[in-house]
Amino acid sequence: MFSEWKFTAKDIAEKPDLFLSGHRACAGCGPATVLRLIMKAVRGPTIVTNATGCMEVVASIYPYTSWATPWLHTAFETAAANAAGIETALKIMKKKSKIKQEQIDVIALAGDGGTYDIGIQALSGAVERGHDFLFVLYDNEAYMNTGIQRSGGTPLGASTTTSPAGTAIPGKLEHKKPIADIMVAHGMPYVATASPYYWRDLLVKVRRGIEVNGPAFLHVFAPCPRGWRSDPAKSIELSRLAVETCIFPLWEAVNSEYQLSAPSKVMALSPQKKKLVKEYLQVQGRFRHLFTPKYEKMLGDIQRITDERWQRLLKKCGITQPAKTA
Amino acid sequence: MTAQEKSWKEIAPAGVCWKPSTKFLTGDWKTYTPLRDLEKCTRCLLCVLFCPDGAIRWNAQKGDIEFDLNFCKGCGICANECPTKAIEMKLE
Repeated sequence: MFSEWKFTAKDIAEKPDLFLSGHRACAGCGPATVLRLIMKAVRGPTIVTNATGCMEVVASIYPYTSWATPWLHTAFETAAANAAGIETALKIMKKKSKIKQEQIDVIALAGDGGTYDIGIQALSGAVERGHDFLFVLYDNEAYMNTGIQRSGGTPLGASTTTSPAGTAIPGKLEHKKPIADIMVAHGMPYVATASPYYWRDLLVKVRRGIEVNGPAFLHVFAPCPRGWRSDPAKSIELSRLAVETCIFPLWEAVNSEYQLSAPSKVMALSPQKKKLVKEYLQVQGRFRHLFTPKYEKMLGDIQRITDERWQRLLKKCGITQPAKTA
Repeated sequence: MTAQEKSWKEIAPAGVCWKPSTKFLTGDWKTYTPLRDLEKCTRCLLCVLFCPDGAIRWNAQKGDIEFDLNFCKGCGICANECPTKAIEMKLE
């Protein structure tokens, strides 16, 4: 179904950037790394449409633009609708032979606010109509651009400015919405989750999402040092820890058939390699309150819910874990 | 011509950005500068892939990595991810 795409770190490093230097993202920005890597995996001429969010703001401060490819800013809720329009226009223009290019790919980019909360109806509609585009969600788990407000993607127990941890509540009280599973339920041809630390996995998934005929959805984990109150140098390390603790497992679903990706398969086949969520939570300031006696119970809850979700995913992927002997 | 010299009637319609951001240097943001130990570096290129600013580039002709300090914001991702710990962040 997918073309064999061979590449090495050198090939990727030699490819010119389509997301240029000089953007004004914070130091250590996870989404900026994600975009640079994603734009290295495109197969040819590509049009990018971007919902409002951090990556739109930092990359297009007038008169500068960080995009070396056609790029269109759109309102918060309409990234997918816009991509659908572009794809349809290209189809018609090709039919009337007004464009020379054989194949032009369309990528829609949105943050977690623009996907989980505001953009989901446009995304759901565009997927239902079956437009051929790749929707990339870079998930930094809150509305970081406007000052760290909670979103549907914010995990349980995270302190944000609209769910502040204090004497009344231990951060956000609700769970993270399983958006990728919701997209699988649409019967899409391709849905995947990826993390920038596993860059090869991320690039292959982007290429597959582009190659697939029909809508594709890619959920990319993108640490935000400013909003997560973490060390800027640890952004990529956090994206590794999230996979190793199974908080953010990597999988892909081709025609609704779940399949674990290699980095997560390691955790499934040798459960002793799976780390405790504590290791991931303690390096982030937004979870600082969980390590005080008052909210210690929450830590256990997060571990339990993470394990439950992980076991449910393993069942979907048809993996039975080896019995705990050691 | 800078943006200030143009009136609103002259700028491109719909606010089309016309300057590449590579003309806007972000290198003066940093407090820490990456320093690379040439002997420890194995040229695995992980820093090139992980740099959020594209400030580390692979020069194929020289066969070596180059730091472009005009764009480096000093986040330290390269030093943290380097498998041989060949990069050190030094206070400017």
